[in-house]
Amino acid sequence: MIGVGHYVVLSLVLGALGLVGLMVRRNFVTVLMCIELILNAANLNFIAFSRHLGDLTGQVFAVFIITIAAAEAAIGLGIIVALVRLKQTVQLDRVNVMQG
Amino acid sequence: MDWLLANVPALIFYALAGVVVAGAIGVIAFSHPVHAALSLLATFLAVAGLFVLQHAEFLAAVQILVYAGGVMVLFLFVIMLVNVRHLPDEPQYLRRLVPVAVVVGAVLAILVGVGVWAALGGAPADPAPLTTVAGEAAGNTEAVGWSLYRDYLLPFEVVSVVLLVAMIGAIVMGRRMEEQP
Repeated sequence: MIGVGHYVVLSLVLGALGLVGLMVRRNFVTVLMCIELILNAANLNFIAFSRHLGDLTGQVFAVFIITIAAAEAAIGLGIIVALVRLKQTVQLDRVNVMQG
Repeated sequence: MDWLLANVPALIFYALAGVVVAGAIGVIAFSHPVHAALSLLATFLAVAGLFVLQHAEFLAAVQILVYAGGVMVLFLFVIMLVNVRHLPDEPQYLRRLVPVAVVVGAVLAILVGVGVWAALGGAPADPAPLTTVAGEAAGNTEAVGWSLYRDYLLPFEVVSVVLLVAMIGAIVMGRRMEEQP
């Protein structure tokens, strides 16, 4: 029988994989994808506990998280387009103009 | 056969969880961004399936519409527009960070282990899906909408303003910059 614990573990693994990708990859596009993975993990947690506790609030907050994720993707991809126009790269290591 | 029929939800969960984890690993492992994006799409669809398993049908539809429909098209569009393949290769600046990565990875592994050990021990419960509005039976969409517009009206409006700001910001940043005098 699948309980809330299974979903929490899956969410943990998904969030950890997103975090690993965030640290390992230096490609801005992939980093944005990893942020989406982490937000999906949070959503999974919200949904599982919404069902477990018998409260719809978790589902409502998942709607908000999806909205924020869409806004973040739009802004991030806009930054990528501006970055490529300015420096012809999406490698985060090459973007160091503010490092002095 | 009886065992199989009795465990259909569990089998579906494990299949979808496998797709989720495999897709996430693909996002990290594929070096070509288009492959990573398609792997991310598989993860999104599997998560939508898990939402259906948890009786959050409205959110499953939103997940497919917004992520698979909107965000994924945006990602692929930018990847094609930027033509990432012709950009310079990834430099190996990260070698000196290997000790830090080992420590962080070990802490993460311990966290995951403790989480698995603690979470799987509890007794599984199967509460009824939340489909009542003001004491009357209703669908999941109706119940979520009721909660959204009655209890969380102000956050809802604030989030719509956030979306507007994001839209304006994306337009401003995507615009061709004028030459500064």
